[in-house]
Amino acid sequence: MKAKPDRTLDCLGLYCPEPIYRTRMELDNMKIGEILEVLADDPAAEADIKSLAKRLEQEIVSVRKDENTYRILVKKVK
Amino acid sequence: MAIIVHSGTLDRLYCAFILGSTATTMDMETHLYFTFWGLNMLVKGGLEKAGLPATYKHMEEQMKKKLKEMNYPTLYDLLKRMKASGLLKIYACSPTMEMFGVKKEAFIPEVDEIAGATAFLDIASDADITLLI
Repeated sequence: MKAKPDRTLDCLGLYCPEPIYRTRMELDNMKIGEILEVLADDPAAEADIKSLAKRLEQEIVSVRKDENTYRILVKKVK
Repeated sequence: MAIIVHSGTLDRLYCAFILGSTATTMDMETHLYFTFWGLNMLVKGGLEKAGLPATYKHMEEQMKKKLKEMNYPTLYDLLKRMKASGLLKIYACSPTMEMFGVKKEAFIPEVDEIAGATAFLDIASDADITLLI
């Protein structure tokens, strides 16, 4: 079953630290159980968002890369 | 994380503030201790005037232009962001203030405390990450 995001955060054209800052701000505004889709083309985005999720104890549902764009689903679990 | 911000140039301040703002985003308590050239940047208007050191001065205009094109947050944007997290404390080095004739009234409002090396070392001894930039 594919997870469906509850909201999307477009970080295309933004570089570290913007994507993780905006991801954090978005997560703060979400309810537990909701899924955030982050779109980013910063090559550091995958490593950074995974580290952020690990640090904040949130769940990475999936990471997909289409050409230069990452589509990362993060679930708010706490 | 505890950082001694010794440098006052754009490149090194960005280093310190990107690390600091990322740390606060990751819920890490962050302490920035400004001394020497970094201390001067805490004066109102200082961060906006930060430039590159002499060796790279020829690249300054292009770098600032590129940062604008990238929609990159300014140094002060990053500092305010850290403050808004509630996890940042900024310290100003008192002998440096005396050396450069800087009064606390001249500082940006985000400065928390005037402190010395002892206070910094006490904080750094409990930090997981300590850096000098």
